[in-house]
Amino acid sequence: MSTLEIKNLHVQVDTAEGVKEILRGVDLTIKPGETHAVMGPNGSGKSTLAYSIAGHPKYTVTSGSITLDGADVLAMSVDERARAGLFLAMQYPVEVPGVSVSNFLRTAKTAVSGEAPKLRTWVKEMKGAMEKLSMDPTFAERNVNEGFSGGEKKRHEILQLELLAPKIAILDETDSGLDIDALKVVSEGVNRFREGGETGVLLITHYTRILRYIAPDFVHVFVGGRFVEEGGPELADRLESEGYERFLDKATA
Amino acid sequence: MTVGQTATLQSTGAPLPVPSGHEEEWRFTPLRRLRGLHDGTARPDGKVLVEVNAADGVTVETVGRDDARIGRITNWSDRVAETAFENFDRATVITVPREYVAAEPTRVTLRGEGIEGAAYGHVVIDVQQFGSASVVLDHQGSATYAGNIEVHVADGASLTLISIQDWADDAVHLGHQRIVLGRDARVRAVAVTFGGDLVRLFPQVTYTAPGGDAELLGLYFADDGQHLEHRSFVDHAVPNCRSNVAYKGALQGSGAHTVWVGDVLIRAEAVGTDTYELNRNLILSDGARADSVPNLEILTGEITGAGHASATGRFDDEQLFYLQARGIPAEEARRLVVRGFFAEIIARIGIPEIEARLLTTIEDELAQSFS
Repeated sequence: MSTLEIKNLHVQVDTAEGVKEILRGVDLTIKPGETHAVMGPNGSGKSTLAYSIAGHPKYTVTSGSITLDGADVLAMSVDERARAGLFLAMQYPVEVPGVSVSNFLRTAKTAVSGEAPKLRTWVKEMKGAMEKLSMDPTFAERNVNEGFSGGEKKRHEILQLELLAPKIAILDETDSGLDIDALKVVSEGVNRFREGGETGVLLITHYTRILRYIAPDFVHVFVGGRFVEEGGPELADRLESEGYERFLDKATA
Repeated sequence: MTVGQTATLQSTGAPLPVPSGHEEEWRFTPLRRLRGLHDGTARPDGKVLVEVNAADGVTVETVGRDDARIGRITNWSDRVAETAFENFDRATVITVPREYVAAEPTRVTLRGEGIEGAAYGHVVIDVQQFGSASVVLDHQGSATYAGNIEVHVADGASLTLISIQDWADDAVHLGHQRIVLGRDARVRAVAVTFGGDLVRLFPQVTYTAPGGDAELLGLYFADDGQHLEHRSFVDHAVPNCRSNVAYKGALQGSGAHTVWVGDVLIRAEAVGTDTYELNRNLILSDGARADSVPNLEILTGEITGAGHASATGRFDDEQLFYLQARGIPAEEARRLVVRGFFAEIIARIGIPEIEARLLTTIEDELAQSFS
């Protein structure tokens, strides 16, 4: 049972044209069992929010706070955040040549749980999780993300989500580039993660399609580096029919 | 048959010229650190002791300079190789008999006794028809050393030759390997270089008949101030032979310098040649420099394949972030990435005990960078 609290978060990034502020005062609280969808047009800063929570060194937090059950997330290194229970499913997972999926998963599981998983139960657990995501067993012997199709990369992210069992999952455009079958498989994985009602999900997406498979409790519209409107699932339906246009004026106002 | 690099080939007569450092093949090497191995000023009274642990059925002999099996190769490719050939006292001759398949590797430890005075060595490896064996040359200790390895792999025979440079920090080692392959002969020559102040190795492969297959692999890890240089030359002069060159190196610390130069020549008569060479360097910290030069010269259009790839990159921060985002601490993440980087080469060595030793050595090298 964990609560993630983001207060008045301002984040900037160094670009070729100089320092640019991307997040301009973000407030968000994710309580246990809640799923929050963050929707917004391209370039609104959605991914920056995800990466800032995970601690990517490219982003500098200039003010505000992020806490997980009161603990100061911003004071933690990237790996400490993951061990504290935060998980970021990435839009563009990185290739790690020469490191097999099974070695990677075991190393990560050991780091997160503080002890090496028992070999026999671990192999079973891994195989079971892969099967549920319709992944071929040979997948475990491939190098991390190397030569993976778009769908395989996303399944691999959700596989990690299920095996590492974090408290809060941040899904950064996990639906992008997925066909409908893959989207269903991936959504089922996220729903299994939500099942117990104790975990929180921050689901970042450009499209409403994924929300038909992963029902959100709250929908937030993100434009120009901050939330411009919040509501229930019905807000997603309005976005579907109306698009983001009416918010763009609001953001610049 | 003509062997050796055409540009530097001189088969008889006057000694080869003393390198000035301006020559293409010497331009990366800091000559002043060679302690006179290249210009005849080194005093030839250094010692490198040879200790052999032969596999069952493989003969190892220590012989004098006049042994008939020495010197089937005469046209040494540079002054250092020539000097080493003229100055060694005793040679080690390893013979794998006809049709004999050795179960265990034959181990040769070459242990330097100090850097004062130059030592010269000579090893002959003769794998007879359909014979098969592995030989591990393990260089240790302190030395100023130039050595030649003559390798003859007869028709249908195969050899795995692993040369490990695990020298102390002050060693200087210039080594040449001359590998001659018969019909359908195979060689896998692996260079593993971690130790030494300056190491410069030069395997050269020639084919005497079709069907030859050479795999040249290398793995190196350079720290502060080390100069580790690997050059190779594969001379395709007969049809339907294959070569594959793959070297990978990691560098860390200021003044760490690695050089890889891979020359492949496909002569007009070498139709049906299949060759590929690859070099990858991973720079782990500022102040290190990796030079990488593939040279592929093709004189016939009728080849099966020819290509090369060379890349030098810094440690990838995005990989580090990805692994850390899964809870893996930074140090361990670096270790995973570097081990992964070398894994492909290590997996091709084919001798489990050597593979395990290399993984340990890589761990040790990385531990130094964290301390």
